[in-house]
Amino acid sequence: MNLLFILFFPLLIGAYLLIAKPKYAFIISISATILEAIATGFVLYKINETLLPMTFIQDWIPEVGIQFSLMADGISGILIGLCALLLPFIIGSTSNTQKANHAQYQGLMLLMQSAMMGAFLAKDAFLFYFFFEASLLPIYFLASKFGGENKSAITFKFLLYTIFGSLFLFIGLIFVYLRTPGATHSADIETLYVTARNLSAESQGYLFMAFFIAFAIKMPIFPFHTWQPDTYTTSPSQGTMLLSGIMLKMGTYGVIRLIIPMFPLGIGIWGNTAIVLSIIGVIYGSIIAIQQKDAKRLLAYSSFAHVGLISAGMLTQSFDGIQGALYQMLSHGINVIGLFFVIEIIERRTKSRELAQLGGITQSSYALTVCFIILSLGSVALPLTNGFIGEFILLKSIFDYSLIFGVVAGITIILGAVYTLRLIQKTMFGNVSRITTEFSKLTLEEKMVLIPLSIFVLLGGIFPNAILHFSEESVTQITQLLK
Amino acid sequence: MTAIIALSLFGISNLFWGFWFPRKVLQILTLLFLGIGIGLTAMDWNHELLWFGNMFRTTNTSINFSLIIQLAAFLVVALSRGFGADDEHTHPAEYYAILLFSVVGAILMVSFDHMIMLFVGLEILSVAMYVLTGSDKRNLKSNEAALKYFLMGAFATGILLFGITLVYGATRSFYISNLANIIAATAPESMPSFLYIGVLLMLIGLLFKVSAAPFHFWTPDVYDGAPTIFTMFMSTVVKTAGFAALYHILSGVFGGIYSTWVLTIYFISMLTLIIGNVTAAYQQSVKRMLAYSSISHAGYMLMTVSAMQSSSTSTVLYYSLSYTLATVAAFAVLILVSEYQTGRKEKPEDYSSFEGLAKNNPGLAFCFTISLLSLAGIPLTAGFWGKFFIFSDSFNRNIIYPVILAILMSAVGIYYYFKGIIAMYFKNGDIEKIEVPILFKIALWFCTIVTLVLGVYPNLVKNLF
Repeated sequence: MNLLFILFFPLLIGAYLLIAKPKYAFIISISATILEAIATGFVLYKINETLLPMTFIQDWIPEVGIQFSLMADGISGILIGLCALLLPFIIGSTSNTQKANHAQYQGLMLLMQSAMMGAFLAKDAFLFYFFFEASLLPIYFLASKFGGENKSAITFKFLLYTIFGSLFLFIGLIFVYLRTPGATHSADIETLYVTARNLSAESQGYLFMAFFIAFAIKMPIFPFHTWQPDTYTTSPSQGTMLLSGIMLKMGTYGVIRLIIPMFPLGIGIWGNTAIVLSIIGVIYGSIIAIQQKDAKRLLAYSSFAHVGLISAGMLTQSFDGIQGALYQMLSHGINVIGLFFVIEIIERRTKSRELAQLGGITQSSYALTVCFIILSLGSVALPLTNGFIGEFILLKSIFDYSLIFGVVAGITIILGAVYTLRLIQKTMFGNVSRITTEFSKLTLEEKMVLIPLSIFVLLGGIFPNAILHFSEESVTQITQLLK
Repeated sequence: MTAIIALSLFGISNLFWGFWFPRKVLQILTLLFLGIGIGLTAMDWNHELLWFGNMFRTTNTSINFSLIIQLAAFLVVALSRGFGADDEHTHPAEYYAILLFSVVGAILMVSFDHMIMLFVGLEILSVAMYVLTGSDKRNLKSNEAALKYFLMGAFATGILLFGITLVYGATRSFYISNLANIIAATAPESMPSFLYIGVLLMLIGLLFKVSAAPFHFWTPDVYDGAPTIFTMFMSTVVKTAGFAALYHILSGVFGGIYSTWVLTIYFISMLTLIIGNVTAAYQQSVKRMLAYSSISHAGYMLMTVSAMQSSSTSTVLYYSLSYTLATVAAFAVLILVSEYQTGRKEKPEDYSSFEGLAKNNPGLAFCFTISLLSLAGIPLTAGFWGKFFIFSDSFNRNIIYPVILAILMSAVGIYYYFKGIIAMYFKNGDIEKIEVPILFKIALWFCTIVTLVLGVYPNLVKNLF
């Protein structure tokens, strides 16, 4: 029942906001997301206590063996936790703007949360696919209704690109599903695991490609990333936060949940190629990020680089790789949302994101600088920040897998430091520019978003064990499947 | 079976009611007649019977098809509001009568057991459609469409008849049930070669009616030229009836010689998918886009026909239903918008007419969105399950590459369907609140809600099929 609540509660509130268009949308949506976070926390607490997955199973379309089944275990627990934790901050970041009481805007964000929760909770592969697709519509409407320059064309490209990818996932799923035993077949993930692993290496290879294209577009992985920088730049800040903070994790989650347990032989054929592509993304994204002039675009490319490392790590199929990937998903979500919010704050006050026009903000807003530096250091993976733990485990798994891959991927630490420090230096330090002279201090609402996020960065770096322990059991199960 | 007799009588009586009653009453009467027809058809449920010298057979499948057809006709009549209101159409009674006759033809086409009955049904349906296509008398495009449809349609029925003759010559039987036995009992070598030519010609005749490529050239012009309300009727009723007949022939008679025709059907379905989708992506007019989209949906349905699984019957039925609901809703919104824009815009049927619709008409925009999403096959709409069943059937026969092509073409489909959604929600335009009559509203929301409900619970109707 708890699972049903955390899945449908945002949907109900979101639908209410969209239909009734109440005046005080902000209060409603922020209290809804906080309530959602508490309910999710309760679910996670239960799982942590018993170390057993929590499930909800209900027949949906029995004739074709599709169930409405939900499961929260150590892996999906981390992601629903991330989703529930971040939404209050994302919604909080709209406070005192025109969007705060815009019922449609808030409603779409809540619908989005519901769809993402569904994707992370689904135990039935088709249910996963529904939510995977359904999450696209709210974000598409959000981005193309409220986005910036040239939004229509850019978001349309994003939509077509991602749907195109997920269609491959769809036929791949049908293919495996039809090979499950029984007259009505079954789309339960556990059944699919068994069926898919018994397929020939050749079919697994093709299926791996079909699934991987879908997830690689979502993440995105080089060379499927061309939609990403434009979409991140043009979306409204909250849209970008949703996309980069949570939605791209649907892709990485899909790899852990579906590809790794289903197609070990497929990964045997294509795994190296996929890892190489991911690592190319890491290096390529970082190099482009170094040259960006627009702060938001810079962060978009840095997000692209980070997700490449996550993907490379988990495709090593090792315990460390998957654990590191999960941890890094969590920390990347927190860091990137904070960073995008900082850029949003700067843009609100100066109407500019151009690095060349900014500078010297530290002289007028000390608090902003501190939060920004903590969040950036988390993104650079300095020890004692959450990013360090994730990247360290990921790099270790890649080194274990192959020395060359490890060395090349390791360059990311240097490159990451280069573009992030450049970002800090160009915005916060240096000479005060014409537009930053009257930079006002952070408001209380802004502090209430940034300070907790900064604290999470530090907490994640100092006490990683609670979370690593939380997912350990489920990750072990998956790695055992591979033996 | 009583339904065809009743509907024919109602059609004739409609001609007389036109002397006394105004259009509005006639509309209600016709709805009533179709309602009775639906009731009579449903009463035959589970009674498998032969009629008219064993030429006509009611089975549950044929009843399902008849119900879908009558439902589509019902919706079309309910949506025919502006029709007959102006000077151009002063005799609405005739049109309602012709509509009823064409439904009779369509029912014959889905329940025949004798090939002449198929021909008679097809002719009743087609001749009625030629008239309705040209019913906008003073519109040149409508006239052109009617002539084009008539010339090409008459030719196609001729080919069908020629095919029937050859098949009869080879097997000495017109009855579907006998034919299958005769073909199964004869060794393929001793079968006269003109049987295969006959099969091919029959296929061509029917494929023309469902507008499969390369026999699709009439479709865009005819759909575009006909009054929108009859385009709606054509793209739902004629298509469903055509597919039912095609499927009935292929599974009932020529199932035994599957290997001789399957490659042809494959090739045609692939070609239809490519031509339908790619051309639709280039259209500026929503009406023409829907015409090409109807071609592309013929391609998907042909895939099921060629897969020929035990579940294929229910797949064709389910797909017809979901396609009918979505198409009716899409055309209904198009009618309203293009009527509103006539006089305001140069081309009232273009995408640009929809710009800014969502602002003052959120309900209409929502209905149009759902119908487009369903046509595009987005999850949680009925169209998604249609695609799901089709791809499952094809995979069950180990058909892989056509499915991949179909997937690519679905992606193209998303492009042109979403263009409509973009125009409504993200473009600026000044469309005031459009007045929607009550009957219209009911029919539109009926389609939308059923599409959504079937998207969540496809088994509600899939079990019946």
